[in-house]
Amino acid sequence: MESRIVNNKNTQVLACIDGATLTSSVCDYAAWISQKTETPLTLLHTINHHHEIPVTSNLSGNIGLGSQEHLLEEITNLEQQQSKLKMQRGKMILQSAIDYLQKKDISGINSTQRHGDLIEAVIDLEDNIRVLVLGLRGQAHDNQENKIGTKLEAVIRSLHRPILIVNGKYNQPKQIMIAYDGSPAADKAVEMVASSSLYDGLVCHLVCVNKNEDTAIKLLEQATKKLKTANNLNVIVIQLKGKADLELCAYQEQNNIDLTVMGAFSHTRLHDMLLGSFTHKMLVNTKIPLLLLR
Amino acid sequence: MLLLSKKQDWLGNIRGDVLAGTVVALALIPEAIAFSIIAGVDPKVGLYASFCIAFITALIGGRPGMISAATGAMALLMVTLVKEHGLQYLLAATLLTGAIQVFAGYFKLGSLMSFVSTSVVTGFVNALAILIFMAQLPELTNVPWEVYAMTTAGLGIIYLLPIVPFIGKLLPSPLVCIVVLTGVCTYLQLDIRTVGDMGELPDTLPIFLWPEVPLTLETLKIILPYSVPLAVVGLLESLMTATIVDDLTDTPSEKNRECKAQGLANIGAGLMGGMAGCAMIGQSIINIKSGGRGRLSTLVAGCFLLIMVVFLDKWIKQIPMAALVAVMIMVSIGTFSWESITNLKEHPMSANLIMLATVIVVVWTHNLALGVFVGVLLASLFFANKISHFMYVGSVMEKETGTRIYHVHGQVFFNSADRFVANFDFKEAAEKIIIDLTHAHFWDISAVSALDKVVIKFRREGANVELVGSNQASATIIDRFGMHDNPDEIEKVMGGH
Repeated sequence: MESRIVNNKNTQVLACIDGATLTSSVCDYAAWISQKTETPLTLLHTINHHHEIPVTSNLSGNIGLGSQEHLLEEITNLEQQQSKLKMQRGKMILQSAIDYLQKKDISGINSTQRHGDLIEAVIDLEDNIRVLVLGLRGQAHDNQENKIGTKLEAVIRSLHRPILIVNGKYNQPKQIMIAYDGSPAADKAVEMVASSSLYDGLVCHLVCVNKNEDTAIKLLEQATKKLKTANNLNVIVIQLKGKADLELCAYQEQNNIDLTVMGAFSHTRLHDMLLGSFTHKMLVNTKIPLLLLR
Repeated sequence: MLLLSKKQDWLGNIRGDVLAGTVVALALIPEAIAFSIIAGVDPKVGLYASFCIAFITALIGGRPGMISAATGAMALLMVTLVKEHGLQYLLAATLLTGAIQVFAGYFKLGSLMSFVSTSVVTGFVNALAILIFMAQLPELTNVPWEVYAMTTAGLGIIYLLPIVPFIGKLLPSPLVCIVVLTGVCTYLQLDIRTVGDMGELPDTLPIFLWPEVPLTLETLKIILPYSVPLAVVGLLESLMTATIVDDLTDTPSEKNRECKAQGLANIGAGLMGGMAGCAMIGQSIINIKSGGRGRLSTLVAGCFLLIMVVFLDKWIKQIPMAALVAVMIMVSIGTFSWESITNLKEHPMSANLIMLATVIVVVWTHNLALGVFVGVLLASLFFANKISHFMYVGSVMEKETGTRIYHVHGQVFFNSADRFVANFDFKEAAEKIIIDLTHAHFWDISAVSALDKVVIKFRREGANVELVGSNQASATIIDRFGMHDNPDEIEKVMGGH
């Protein structure tokens, strides 16, 4: 998959911004990926239309000459005004993000605006995405520390590209952690880390949380082999015991990890609904950005 | 799959949906009663049907925010069945109608709607409005003068109240019309017809009952001729309404899912003692206008309607027919496409003819299915005729060799085949004839046999005939309709223009 993406010249780092608090760090992280992988950066803003909410309501309950035509005209006019405002607002958000990045001497940034849902937009653009960068929370839950965005899980599940979830201030990553459990998704994550230029020169902590030490050692051996083939990657292998999400988050803090890499949502929705999803727990608990590889 | 719906379809607009659903329910009651009377059954048959259909389409329909219930279009088709065979056969016919519609939904016959042109749709809507109006006339002939006074007053309330600032936009004027007229009628103790005179109203919640008809071929023979047009008209009106709601709300709908839902709703209605129904253009517009968008609006409309009629039946009996007539005249006026009258001048004659033919056939036969059939047929004929004019045969003479070269451009098919043949000069004594077909398109077998005829005629006159480019020309005789939706494909088949 990675090789296919590299070969496709149209791919880009796509940063989704909506003017919420996290917008500037989303831009920073996206710029970091864009520069390290030499992939163009595009900023995306989606204009959400709430068609399920009426723009006008008249309870008179009567219909007369040309009611349908008048109603269509009235609704169209109102929606046109609303959409114009939303588009303008979005343009301003995009422009201020571009200005912000230009101040940091990052140029050549594209921006694009699409109508509709964020999920629809990223699905439409999927073929051109190399990495998607978005904030843990959008405008709806801005400043609500313990909440995660409503659409986040749907976006992660519907997109088959690496996704970086930004949840705080920008820190240029120096030490990364791979959460490894031996699952196919985790193997894929290891392969992708090994083959991408994004991780050049970084320290990589390969962490496995498993009750059984022997299994853990076996799993880690395989993964380490794969990682060692990559250039310029300092691999540190660690095994931990206990509850995976809590242990990993504690390890992050103790060792100044700047970025966690992991597979995501490898189970079906039903499984996750009954047993809870590991990815979801990590999204809620982690204090540093998560790079989800699918 | 049918039960799958998005959370925002249900809960995205709770306040708006509940308010709009209530307004719609209040307008549905007089309509359901009026349409039962048209069909010749007790008002409870229409009211139960309206509840069942609204309830089921709310749950599984493909177009959130659309209102379906007992309708005039369907009521008109069942008049004879009810008169000759009674209610039980109507219920059986309703079940069969539902089954046909579900079948249509699974076989994706909803896509056949693309053959119904805008002019036919306009004709359908206008004819429906005229029929709803005409159905009110029996209530307005040979009646005391008070009825006229009441109806006029009712229409006055319906159309003038919304102009009143503030309260006009909050109070449903049809409801005010009904309440005021009922009050006046009871107070003055007028001796005019009321809803109570028209037959039984519901006194319980609907109960499950299997139609009491013998399960024989004989029964099928009786109900099938009614069920097929009922199914067709039901789907037509539902899909047209869905398109109107799509346009008004700028959101898409699932047309085949709507077909299945209409079918299941009719089956449900048939089993609960209700008549067949479909989506309603007028009510759906009222719903959107009142701010209804989601499934909740349809559900509230259905449930509120049932609660009202079951618990307020004593009051509903008192409603004078004049009030109902006023509401139905409003529905008729609101359904009619007045734009189509002013458009008569601007639209091409063929479009007007299609629209008018649809209206005339429907008003004549009281059968919307027949009208649509005639409309679609006319539209196809006009289209074929129009395309047949895009053909031209030119020729040049090469004197030295005595060769006449014909160049054929454009569309050759059944309709233009004769004109194609007439363009050749068989009387000219030429040594050699070359027919260049590179820029022609042969659409069917008629075109091929016309060409054969031309070739044979020339040969009989003693000429040598050579055809050029016949392969390109006949590339358009395609029976396996592939999708020719990319420029290269189109160039391959249609190229040379």
